[in-house]
Amino acid sequence: MLARLPTFAIDGVHPREVWVEVDIRSGLPAFTIVGLGDTAVRESRDRVRAAIQNSGFEFPQTRITANLAPAFLRKVGPGFDAALALGVLAASGQISANALRTYAVFGELSLSGELRDSPGALAVAEGAYRAGLRRLIVPRERAHEAALVGGLEIVAVSTLRAGAEVVMGAPAPVLPPESSAAQDDGTDPDLADVRGHRAPVLAIKIAAAGGHNLLLEGAPGTGKTMLARRLPSILPAMSREEAVEVTRIHSVAGLHANGLITSRPFRAPHHTISAAGLVGGGLPPRPGEATLANHGVLFLDELSEFQRPSLEALRQPLEDGCVTIVRGQHALVLPTRFMLVAAANPCPCGFAGGGDRCQCGEADLRRHRRRLSGPLLDRMDLLVNVERPDEHDLRSPPVTSSAKARERVADARERQLARLAGTRARCNGELDARLLQRYVRLDTAAERVLGRAYAGGTLSARGRHRVLRVARTLADLEGRERVLVEDVLTALGLRQRSSGETEGEWARAAIP
Amino acid sequence: MGSRRHPVGVAGARACPGCLRRAWLLGALSGHLDRIRPRLGQVLALGDEELLAALGGRRRRRLEGELAHFDAGAVRSCAAEAGVGLICRCDPEYPRRLACLESAPAVLHVAGGVQRFLTLAAADPVAIVGTRRASPYGLDVARSLGRGLASAGLTVVSGMALGIDSAAHRGALSVDGPTIAVLPAGADRSCARRTLFRRLEVGGAAVSELPPGVSVRRWMFPARNRIIAALAAMTVVVEAGERSGALITARFARELERPVAAVPGRISSPGAAGPNELLARGARLVRGPQDVLDAVFGSGARTASPDPRPELDPELGRVLSAIASGRDTPGLLGRGGFTAERALAAIAALELAGYVRREPGGRFAVVP
Repeated sequence: MLARLPTFAIDGVHPREVWVEVDIRSGLPAFTIVGLGDTAVRESRDRVRAAIQNSGFEFPQTRITANLAPAFLRKVGPGFDAALALGVLAASGQISANALRTYAVFGELSLSGELRDSPGALAVAEGAYRAGLRRLIVPRERAHEAALVGGLEIVAVSTLRAGAEVVMGAPAPVLPPESSAAQDDGTDPDLADVRGHRAPVLAIKIAAAGGHNLLLEGAPGTGKTMLARRLPSILPAMSREEAVEVTRIHSVAGLHANGLITSRPFRAPHHTISAAGLVGGGLPPRPGEATLANHGVLFLDELSEFQRPSLEALRQPLEDGCVTIVRGQHALVLPTRFMLVAAANPCPCGFAGGGDRCQCGEADLRRHRRRLSGPLLDRMDLLVNVERPDEHDLRSPPVTSSAKARERVADARERQLARLAGTRARCNGELDARLLQRYVRLDTAAERVLGRAYAGGTLSARGRHRVLRVARTLADLEGRERVLVEDVLTALGLRQRSSGETEGEWARAAIP
Repeated sequence: MGSRRHPVGVAGARACPGCLRRAWLLGALSGHLDRIRPRLGQVLALGDEELLAALGGRRRRRLEGELAHFDAGAVRSCAAEAGVGLICRCDPEYPRRLACLESAPAVLHVAGGVQRFLTLAAADPVAIVGTRRASPYGLDVARSLGRGLASAGLTVVSGMALGIDSAAHRGALSVDGPTIAVLPAGADRSCARRTLFRRLEVGGAAVSELPPGVSVRRWMFPARNRIIAALAAMTVVVEAGERSGALITARFARELERPVAAVPGRISSPGAAGPNELLARGARLVRGPQDVLDAVFGSGARTASPDPRPELDPELGRVLSAIASGRDTPGLLGRGGFTAERALAAIAALELAGYVRREPGGRFAVVP
């Protein structure tokens, strides 16, 4: 007898429909699984057999062949266990194969027949909904996550037996109450905890308001990481679609257990990370940190310590908001819309500017700058130096709080959205040369200042664009449509000095 | 292509076969000269045959043979190809000061045009030299000296090394002023710091004792320093460690009985040891371009051009003095009642006007 039921494999972060076909016919007892499964899928045989027997069902002592179709798609992980077990039960007539048709099934089995917590339930639920299925059997722990997809009846069970009974007509168990502990518990980092750091706080606010990438420079222990961690707290709240996407990705990566993620992700990979770890890759391809930071912040501490190839790999994700990974026959597109915040020491020893403590010569500094420079810095609109706060700062009240800053940021974002309606860009950080020309109008004084900086070689053409973008955001933060000379000057104060620009302080025009 | 950009390079091949032969020999012996660095001045003053006898060793026979069949025409066209002009010490226009040197270079290989080089070399050259590992302060001083002297019409001579040397050249070039770089090895475009080299080619001159294509050896640095000292009417040491090559330049200058001057430094900073030592031994004190002008032309004979920077409004003036008094970061300025926006804007305005410069570590220093 043959039974078929759908389940879903996870390809990167997207669900792919997989049909589990179980065929039972007479012959020597054997259980084979075909269909390009990995080791976990092969070992599934033993789990399924034990789980069936320990759930009070009978494991047929005949020849069983299970197929996971389509055969070209590589199937990974133990999430097919439950579908295989129910397939065996249906094929052997212990439950109705007909009743199983409207169900998608997902979950790993334990030997005792329990349905274990399995990552990726949200992606599976989305797949099931899109495939037109009506019901989804998931482990109980994943009930709320799967339920985020409306229009799907979620059958959250904790054992194989319970799942089989629901298929045979028993009422589905009620969803467990949502645990509120995972939600906002008031310990999210807040700008109100920051003392001093006036310029960095301003830079973070600008970065949040305009979606600009930010480079924090400062000696070790001055609070670069502390500041970067507070950026998500002033970003506008995620829309529901964004939140669901973030939850799906984090669920697939096994980083998130239940319910909807509402705070924006903050990812801070260690500098030893490989290119594949950063943008995704491996076999089978897994999402990298860039994808995990989608709709949130990717923080690269010690930027100069990252391997060059890893940083180079970030170019496409930064530029396009997604990354395409090609492995073997198939290409995978992963979303990577994140804000980049990087931190770096000002010099190899890290103590530049701290009196005589830094002993780095000009050549060391050059080398350090060269390591930092490159395509990544081109995408950094803002550079701010993080100073060590002193006594006086520690006693003074905080500059602002996250709630206050978030309000201004939200207003600024709204202005941008209204202005940029109908274009590809959604915030000032995404303005390209053409859009800049259209939307950033300077008054004469501002034009003159910028012209002088450009003619004097202080600014490169790209640097000029960066300054214009930041100046636009400064005006938006103030609720002004016009960009004034103050905005341009402040933006110039937050520009990064790429090595090319420090070289060319003197009239470049001298070189033909 | 090179020759088209440097028409003077071909027309100005003013070097006799004998001198060309000598330059070629130095290149051929370059590996041997490293051993005698302490007595470099004397050795370079030897004639061809003596030099070959002293250093040729096992290669002597072969080199003698090659010297006998030396083809000056080929060397000339080689130089022209590299865009390098030639002038030898037999030429009546050979720089007068350089000829004072016992070991005057036989041929100068010039990038940027022989005629311009001769004009620049005649215009009261002052050498500004110092360490490669310069502090930001030292770089500022070198730059402003270069700028000030060049705008007063003096030629800034230096060695185009990293640090002080490059800063001095850049200072001169920033006002389109006259400047000469003396390079240790070949004066062709294969040398380091290409951007600066190109600017020198266009607006100044780069010269070398050795033909293009000779690779760098250690002895060439002190040899280059003797040319710097000899070309210049006066040598100013900006920052130099105890063993810096700039002190070798100063020694050559003293041997030539040319005035040596130095910019004092903080006694705790390593780059101040050299100039402070020179000052202790009677070098002239340099506090700015005016001191140099006084030393070269006599006190008050010429005045340095005034500060070319735009005047500051009172608020920026206050910010500038706050920075000078140590409140040298946007955060510290914010203490004085400025918002972060205002502090950043004020610093940017000062930076654009050339009054402050960002130092590593995010501090801002007042540019002298």
